[in-house]
Amino acid sequence: MSAGVGVDLENLWIRFGDFVAVRDANVHIKGGDFFSFLGPSGCGKTTILRAVSGFLDPSEGQVLIGGNDMKGIGPNKRPTALIFQNLALFPLMKVWENITFSMEIKGASAKERRKRADELLDMIALPGQGDKLPSELSGGQRQRVAIARALCAEPDVLLLDEPLSALDLKLRQHMRTELREIQQRVGITFIYITHDQGEALTMSDNIAVMRAGVIDQIGDGKTIYNDPSTAFAASFVGENNVFRGTVKQVQGDKALIATNRSGDLLARISTANQGKMKAGDDAMMFIRPEAFALAPAGTQGDHFVTATVTNEEFEGNSFNIFMEGEGGKEMKVSLPNLGQSFDSHKGQPMTLQYDVQNAVALPAGDLATE
Amino acid sequence: MPRFLKEFFDRNGLGIGSLMLGLVLFWTIGLIILPQLSMLDFSFRPNLPPPEIGGPKDVYTMENYKYLVFGPEGGSQDYNAVDLKVFYRTLVAAIFVTIFNLILCYPIAYYLAQTKGNHIRIFALMLIIPYWINEILRAFALRIIFGETGVLNNLLVAAGIFDTPFDFVRNDIALYAGLGYAYILLMIFPIYNVIESLDRNQIEAARDMGASWPMIHRRVVIPYAKPGISSGCTMVFMLSAGALAAPQILGGPSSLWFTQLIYQQFNDNSDWPQGAAYAVVLLVTCILLVLALMRVFKVNMGDIGK
Repeated sequence: MSAGVGVDLENLWIRFGDFVAVRDANVHIKGGDFFSFLGPSGCGKTTILRAVSGFLDPSEGQVLIGGNDMKGIGPNKRPTALIFQNLALFPLMKVWENITFSMEIKGASAKERRKRADELLDMIALPGQGDKLPSELSGGQRQRVAIARALCAEPDVLLLDEPLSALDLKLRQHMRTELREIQQRVGITFIYITHDQGEALTMSDNIAVMRAGVIDQIGDGKTIYNDPSTAFAASFVGENNVFRGTVKQVQGDKALIATNRSGDLLARISTANQGKMKAGDDAMMFIRPEAFALAPAGTQGDHFVTATVTNEEFEGNSFNIFMEGEGGKEMKVSLPNLGQSFDSHKGQPMTLQYDVQNAVALPAGDLATE
Repeated sequence: MPRFLKEFFDRNGLGIGSLMLGLVLFWTIGLIILPQLSMLDFSFRPNLPPPEIGGPKDVYTMENYKYLVFGPEGGSQDYNAVDLKVFYRTLVAAIFVTIFNLILCYPIAYYLAQTKGNHIRIFALMLIIPYWINEILRAFALRIIFGETGVLNNLLVAAGIFDTPFDFVRNDIALYAGLGYAYILLMIFPIYNVIESLDRNQIEAARDMGASWPMIHRRVVIPYAKPGISSGCTMVFMLSAGALAAPQILGGPSSLWFTQLIYQQFNDNSDWPQGAAYAVVLLVTCILLVLALMRVFKVNMGDIGK
């Protein structure tokens, strides 16, 4: 299998009539990467995938696979294989016929195909299941058959359109690990579409966060989680607490923000926005639930927050505390359960502190609603 | 009481359940099975004047069936060549009409089923509305189109394609066109229904794997559409073989349809037993042919109902 074929999107625009589905996307996916497009439904990520697989022509810009412009090359001629959200296995063909359909097209003999199917069935840990019909398999097994069918075509790039969304939670988590393992074994480029940030973070080498046709940020999981470049990325990926306000003062790579509810708070300006924020700008500050720690009651300062506790819950590995937050949304705080005693503060004010490095200041922007 | 009956009554209540069951039974037994049995009975009896019915001469006989095969007793020929030839030609022509219809309707049904948008509804309406006009009128309309001085001939001669008008009627082209046209909806809609439920992703998946369009149809769409295709083909074949109006109006003077022979026996010769025998032979042959073809193409009876 030829490893390491990269995919580049250059100034890609896709319009449906007046509607802009993808706006000026520039993405460079390295060969052998596990790359995810992450965004809420309707953000244009599936549209991008269809443009890469060839089912859709870009309105402007280019799709390059392995450096070659794919303009005018149909889906049946591209070195890509697509795994559909509903898998689209052929219900009337046996599993082995499904898997080797791409070989049948090329005129391979039944014997050859059978042999290859058995190899692939071994690889996806379904040996001896070739003579069943897809309807006789479980959801997870069908999932693996769809992967084997796509891999059988020996594509340079495997495209996956939310293939795990139909599975139940446990199986989904198991398949994450399995998909990642398969990708590392075959070494080809995977492009993965998902709205599930957990999937994107656990599997991907790199992630593009999309919103309403625009790519907000591209980076590895850690960067996107810790150093988001837009308010949308900060609120969409993982849980986050938002503090709205205006920039009071910029101090090097930090900004003092006059928040609407919690006084002046200090935060690190995200890397992408260094030098772009100035006093008086509308700003948002984000602090993750796990970035808070308890502080002595009533302590004041630029990294202390005091608010009334509305609810508390014990999740086993952590205590979750919900406090009065911004715009009717509760502020969530997670304290790891290290066996410490924990006094209920329900209905009472509670003071928290945070490390300024873990608070991110961003220009005000749209938040994710999901 | 069998379980399915009990469930049926539990679900619908005794009153409504009995009414529905009664109507269905009346429909199948009273309107279909009993008349057919009576026809079958007729076909084995001699053609007697009314006073002799029930008399000593009214006994079961194979005479009527023998007549179809061997002709009148003491006739000049060993076999009833004329009627057998008509019978054979009717079946072959009905098969031909069915195949022609399938080739014509499959692409239309596929297009209707896999294309989205309002124009599809208009398209379907345009297919249906002509069927508001009754069958006889439609057949006569075709006769006007295909006649010697008809629209088509005028056009073809004016365009210089033919020097003299072509006799579409005598060459049975008008008949085949009329039969084909009469039943296209019965071919299109069963196929359309099945293909409409085909997941478009399957077509795209096949295309993504490099399949050409003929390959996609052969391996993905047609196997999926098979129940619809067989149901459409069965209906078109049965109805074409049993059609009377189209052959009557559009058939050439020398080409008889088997149903016309049956009609003549009943109506012109007043020989009901003979007509009944012919009708039974046609019905049984058609059913056997359909069953045989279903076996060849591996279609289950249950699929036809889909």
